Amino acid sequence: MTETKSGSNLEKVLTAGHFAFTGECGPPKGANAQHLKEKFKYLKGSVDCVNMTDNQTAVVRMSSLAGCALMVADGLEPNFQMVCRDRNRLAMMSDILGAYALGVRNMLCLSGDHQSFGNHPEAKNVHDIDSMQLIALVKKMRDEGKFLNGEEIDVPPKMFIGAACNPFADPFEFRVHRLATKISAGADFIQTQCIFNMDKFRDFMKQVVDKGLHERCYILAGVTPMKNAGMANFMSKYVPGMDIPDSLIKRLKGVDKRDQAEEGIKIALEQIQEFKEMEGVAGVHLMAIEWEHKVPEIAERAGVLPRP
Amino acid sequence: MIVADRKSLEEILGMVADREKILILGCKGCVTVCNVGGLKEAEILASTVRIARKKEGKPVEVAHRVLERQCDNEYVTQLADTVADYDAVVSMACGVGPQFLSEMYPDQVFFPAVNTTFFGGAVQHGVWEERCAGCGACGIHLFGGLCPIARCAKSLLHGPCGGSANGICEVHKDTACIWDAIVKKKMDTGHLEDLVAVKPFKDWRTARDGGPRRSIREELVKGNI
Amino acid sequence: MRLSYPANIKIIQVPCTGRVDIIHLMSALEDGADGVYVAGCLEGECHYLEGNYKAKRKVAYVKNVLTELGIEPERVAMYNLSSAQGARFAEIANDMVKQIRDLGPTPVR
Repeated sequence: MTETKSGSNLEKVLTAGHFAFTGECGPPKGANAQHLKEKFKYLKGSVDCVNMTDNQTAVVRMSSLAGCALMVADGLEPNFQMVCRDRNRLAMMSDILGAYALGVRNMLCLSGDHQSFGNHPEAKNVHDIDSMQLIALVKKMRDEGKFLNGEEIDVPPKMFIGAACNPFADPFEFRVHRLATKISAGADFIQTQCIFNMDKFRDFMKQVVDKGLHERCYILAGVTPMKNAGMANFMSKYVPGMDIPDSLIKRLKGVDKRDQAEEGIKIALEQIQEFKEMEGVAGVHLMAIEWEHKVPEIAERAGVLPRP
Repeated sequence: MIVADRKSLEEILGMVADREKILILGCKGCVTVCNVGGLKEAEILASTVRIARKKEGKPVEVAHRVLERQCDNEYVTQLADTVADYDAVVSMACGVGPQFLSEMYPDQVFFPAVNTTFFGGAVQHGVWEERCAGCGACGIHLFGGLCPIARCAKSLLHGPCGGSANGICEVHKDTACIWDAIVKKKMDTGHLEDLVAVKPFKDWRTARDGGPRRSIREELVKGNI
Repeated sequence: MRLSYPANIKIIQVPCTGRVDIIHLMSALEDGADGVYVAGCLEGECHYLEGNYKAKRKVAYVKNVLTELGIEPERVAMYNLSSAQGARFAEIANDMVKQIRDLGPTPVR
């Protein structure tokens, strides 16, 4: 992985062997570009690139593509998230071309939360192709310079291709195999689901390293700092695919309510510290949900500043 | 078979509110097997409509009858002599029935009494489940005999998604994650390698996306063989 | 035993309550009966094993239909008694008649 595929900042950071640090930003529930720009301020200089979520949890928001364009204009590098729920292959390819033309260089290919979780559960879903095939599609467009039908693309989109991985979903034994398939499909980097169960993640990474997957792909460990014990409880109960150990909830509950946010950040910092040393982990993806203003502090205390 | 659910009485009664002579028409095909639109159900619905209208003080004449199949013109023609006697016909067949009827008898109004839901079967007495999405390009054998197009909420060809927990789909807590079942079956039979390659992009032209479908058997078009 | 039961009850004999069909209960209501009840054998004592359980489910079905039509579901009922319980038979008949009288005449006329 020496020659660059996309020339994105994230790709450069990773290929140079730096420990990557990426952030996340949800577009507004409206056309409030100003609100988005406020969030950008906190992320600028603290992370290598920022994921722009795509109608996350199936709640309608400003389009991720528009969010990415605003980010590029603001001098921040976006990671364009795309879900298979809302677009067929035509819309996907055209949005990929559009994103590239607007300066987007990273993409994250996702299936997407089912619409029943969102605010328009009556909607028809698409799922023309799945996330595995979306990875392969972006790769084909980039490496072969062709559309899915084989037609030539006039200026192919050179994307650094990302994929997600939830090491905590079932069946656990199959997760590493599914990750391997994503890498074979063309994923250059992986951002994992939020990690809370460190024991299970260590076990998972051991399997990844045993299979040599970390040498074929950069794996960024997902970290979400808990704001309080209530948030941990909520995520544990209501967010699909979350594995939050009781010990973590207990630790947050163990401190005074006022200090729970600080405790949450401490836990995240301890995790980041361990990830820095964990074999096979190439970086951290920080998902500070509606807590973007804490990112500079977390980055500072995690010792990942200045960014390369 | 095709599975259907009876519409609410409120909806059915609303459809025929201003009609005075109605025929409730059952079908001996799938809807009889799934206990929703056979002779028995037609008879009960006819009685129910009469009771409801008597209660409202707007008595109605309701007859009931069942055809061998409403998806076959050979049987739909059997209605020719009597269809004009009614000012509405309520079909208890799947969505195919009221259409075959409407096509053959353009002067009559046909109301659907059921909501056609899926292709499936009974997993226990009184419980039916979807098994097929009619995509027109069957690849069940690739997935251990379990169809992810019909049975995965996201129709994933490379599952399970991150929301699968303890073999249960994230969308409904009473729905099994079919991908969990596929993976476990492949593991148990030592064929996990079947799931590691990226599958070809599905060609949806054979499904409804390609437009209304038609199946032609040339040898039968010419005559019986 | 000379037990009396209300004269406005019309008894229809069947070999087993399993023979009673939904349409039979519906037809009675349709024809203006103020109430219908099924008197089956004691649960677990059906000579045909589960005829009375089937009848119970059919009664429940008709209750649902009546509810959906805005008619009191109490107009249909299922009772279980043995053929040796003559006194109980009269008691049930009186109970049912009282219940229907309380509800008033059927709205299905």
